[in-house]
Amino acid sequence: MLSRRIIPCLDVREGQVVKGVRFRDHAVVGGIVELALRYRDAGADELVFYDITASPEGRSVDRAWVERVARKIDIPFCVAGGIRSVEDARAVLHAGADKVSINSPALERPALIAELADAFGVQCVVVGIDSLRDADGQWRVRQYTGDPSRTQALPRRTLDWIAQAQDLGAGEIVLNCMGSDGVRQGYDVAQLAQARAVCEVPLIASGGAGAAEHFRDVFTGADVDGALAASVFHSGAIDVSALKRWLANQGVMVRVAIEPETCDG
Amino acid sequence: MSAVVTSTPDARAGTEPSSASVVLVDAGGTNIGSVRYALQRLGVDAPLTSDPAAIRAAGKVILPGVGAAGPAMARLQALGLIDVLRSLTQPVLGVCLGMQLLCARSEEGDVDCLGLIPATVRRLQPASGVRVPHMGWNRLRTCSEHPLLDGIDADAQVYFVHSYAVPPGDYTLVSARHGVPFSAVVARGNFFGMQFHPERSSTVGARLLRNFLAL
Repeated sequence: MLSRRIIPCLDVREGQVVKGVRFRDHAVVGGIVELALRYRDAGADELVFYDITASPEGRSVDRAWVERVARKIDIPFCVAGGIRSVEDARAVLHAGADKVSINSPALERPALIAELADAFGVQCVVVGIDSLRDADGQWRVRQYTGDPSRTQALPRRTLDWIAQAQDLGAGEIVLNCMGSDGVRQGYDVAQLAQARAVCEVPLIASGGAGAAEHFRDVFTGADVDGALAASVFHSGAIDVSALKRWLANQGVMVRVAIEPETCDG
Repeated sequence: MSAVVTSTPDARAGTEPSSASVVLVDAGGTNIGSVRYALQRLGVDAPLTSDPAAIRAAGKVILPGVGAAGPAMARLQALGLIDVLRSLTQPVLGVCLGMQLLCARSEEGDVDCLGLIPATVRRLQPASGVRVPHMGWNRLRTCSEHPLLDGIDADAQVYFVHSYAVPPGDYTLVSARHGVPFSAVVARGNFFGMQFHPERSSTVGARLLRNFLAL
């Protein structure tokens, strides 16, 4: 039986891990490889690197760090942010990333999903979706959420987009529930459960993790394959290895990493 | 990615198997670098090659692969490697698609493969709670003893990403379950296969690769 995945997400800007309000006030948290190894040692099942480096005019983003990560870590990792073409994806995958995640570019041009799936196989293609509930009670997709001044509400319903993305060749869906994102009151289990009902490929929950119970609740309540979180892991509020031991005790199937011999755990 | 990368073995490297004679067959696919880096972490620098003479002369041969069976077989054919691979007598390890290519046939593109493992690769069927692709960490169930499995715990987990699988058979060393049981590790004579990605399976994967290098 498959284990539920715990997936720390690291924001990368110009080759370093940063935190802060997106697009301003970034503070450098540390080196990419160093932090990746720390999460790997704690038992993270996978890592997502969200590259928020602004694309220099007419040039592609320097992603030499992808190969450095691939050389050092021995768990899968996904690169998100700024991938707009098969060639962008090829560079990242050939540098050693296991998957690429696309969001706004897929909304601009859904055929990109199919192009990536044809070129690399569906297992490499993750579609990220930012979703917010509108006044009429419908969840709809938001675009360009990385930059608040550009964020747009689309008429497209979230559940329709999930279905379309997987028809086009998405091998995995990451659903970021913006209504719960950043407030640490738990994942949006109701929305994720509806997404689960239409999503036949792996589904990853994003947005809202604040406590260990939130992970348990989204696994048991929405049957998601994985749960992604950033700030609760980076701040140390939740330790990945402790979280996984707790989830195992709660009856959630997880991979409890082999402890190093020096660990007294 | 450059074709030749000088490894920087760490202090443990002296106790590791010789790196002189392990080669990676370049059958395309995006995980070749990852497999290469995993071997480098074990102190082994395995060149990437499609040269028949280098493959025949190697002490160990690894056939990695991500992608679809049809294009991969077409590439092996174009490179003149089908009969080379079939005739090898040293330990050969197929990883993920590379394992599937060792089989007789694949439903993916309905293509004949190398015929070294007497099995037909079948598509995994989605069902309630069974998502395809099978993506993530899953438990291994050991079916028989083998040096390839030294030090691997009964409930060890490894990282899978695939939509097609090899049904269980007498060639199955380790099985796993995703809706139905399938072969996670196969062996037939000097040919071995791992459906999961040892290069992305953390400590367990590293141990399995080390065991293969020590065969």
